[in-house]
Amino acid sequence: MSRAMNCKERLPRIESAGLDGWMVRLFARIDEQNLAWLGALARRCEAEFGEALIDLVPSYTTLLVVFDPLRLSPVSVRHRLVVLLADLEPEEEAVAGEVRELPTWYDPSVGPDLERVARHTGMSVEEVIARHAGREYRVFALGFAPGFAFMGLLDESLEVPRLETPRKRVPVNSVAIAGRQTAAYPAVSPGGWNLLGRTTARLFDRDRDGFSLLRVGDRVRFVPLARAAFERQGGDATPAENHA
Amino acid sequence: MNQYTVIGFRVERAGPLALLQDAGRFGVRRLGVTQGGPADLHGWAWANRLVDNAWGNPALEITFGGLQLVAERDLTIAVAGADLGATLEGSPLPLWQPISLREGETLVFGTPRNGLRAYLAVAGGFQAEPVLGSVSCVVREGLGGFDGRGGKLGDGDRLAVTADAGRRVQEKGVPAAECPDYTSPATLALLPGAQVADFTGDSLFAAFNRPWKVDDRADRMGVRLTGPRLVCRIGSLISEGIGLGAVQVPPDGQPIALLNDRQTIGGYPRLGALTPLAASLLAQCLPGQEVRLAATTLERALSGQRRFRDAVAG
Repeated sequence: MSRAMNCKERLPRIESAGLDGWMVRLFARIDEQNLAWLGALARRCEAEFGEALIDLVPSYTTLLVVFDPLRLSPVSVRHRLVVLLADLEPEEEAVAGEVRELPTWYDPSVGPDLERVARHTGMSVEEVIARHAGREYRVFALGFAPGFAFMGLLDESLEVPRLETPRKRVPVNSVAIAGRQTAAYPAVSPGGWNLLGRTTARLFDRDRDGFSLLRVGDRVRFVPLARAAFERQGGDATPAENHA
Repeated sequence: MNQYTVIGFRVERAGPLALLQDAGRFGVRRLGVTQGGPADLHGWAWANRLVDNAWGNPALEITFGGLQLVAERDLTIAVAGADLGATLEGSPLPLWQPISLREGETLVFGTPRNGLRAYLAVAGGFQAEPVLGSVSCVVREGLGGFDGRGGKLGDGDRLAVTADAGRRVQEKGVPAAECPDYTSPATLALLPGAQVADFTGDSLFAAFNRPWKVDDRADRMGVRLTGPRLVCRIGSLISEGIGLGAVQVPPDGQPIALLNDRQTIGGYPRLGALTPLAASLLAQCLPGQEVRLAATTLERALSGQRRFRDAVAG
């Protein structure tokens, strides 16, 4: 996969991740183009390792391959990974993903950091909303909690640091930004991201096949809603501070 | 919910933390769903083995003790892992061997005497509805367990078993080497990871030559170790998958060994990963206990894992 090579960093690289895992590091930087390579590698691993494959954890620049070391020795998994990498080609369709819309009510009552972000960026609240809702994001990874999708990349002008003191309880469905990323919280949890609003989407639904609305590779848009429509669609308009 | 009508136990008193665990939840980490499963895979596997259960059968993980159960029918059980001072009808309960319980008998877990987590298996296994392919109970994610919603045991709960939960099993000996003394200073085998060279020489020396203390910030997500401050030349990485036993070092220089309920991805540099057996052993260490990290090789880790699995397959 010479096109993805970066001579200075000597990538790709297969790193030790314990007795039952190899970390395949393909890239040094976060980039939308990484997705098709990582997706292709995940597919190839599924075909190659079959029953010996325990799990795959894709992230921005890496794929963690978890296997049963008693079925297939770590050394032999490593050899096979080297062979897979030698002729790896990106596969767009491996991460084509779905197009998802997250209807979102942007308002200081449910997005208590809207004004902080506006101050930090020198924009009006309206401009912050317009820029956040104004582009399509890709899902790079899921983690932190079931169904929590790390999406990017955010417009550079919206880049703000995380809160100095994370909130102990971020309300479910909060829409948030941090660095060049955005996300929506599938469940109540602690969190240090800047909250801009709240979505009506069911992000992690036990009654749905596969549970998580968002998957790696999905293309996501936040669609601004007025309060009335938000409530009509089942949104919870309880102000964020009442959730604390 | 109530398709499981054969009740094996009534929970008289739940104690601080008793959870249903099968081998774990696999194939769903890409959804952000953690692995779960028994924190001490070794003790869990032996409890199941002693009642002739196949690998993966759900058993109870009892942390600290305090659990009081009443048998609702005749049952064949085994308790392995920690000695939590358990008694059956007031008499000390023998560990690491199958036991016959009569309907109405009371099983009480006291407090830790040797280790932290006991595993109670019942012949045929406990019964619950799998969620994403597993009944492993992960409280933080609200997944698995008897209620399917990540609930730990509560007072008054009724625990479903299979119809052959009272079947007789063959008495079998557990090799002495397979019954650990969790109170002796633990040496945890660690496979060095890719960032190991990013730690300063002094830090690496300290990591593998100085004792570490198990902190009280320890749970099924991870166990913090306190000791010399480790210095890494890189502060954080782009988030990536984290394996079981990964020893990550946040900027405060105090390592955290990640266990079954860890988050699926993270961005702190890692010293490496504990072997599965070392992660099991750490899960039995009480806060304040001393542990040491010892670098090992893939070959040694693999042969240790083989020995354990062969012994438990018997």
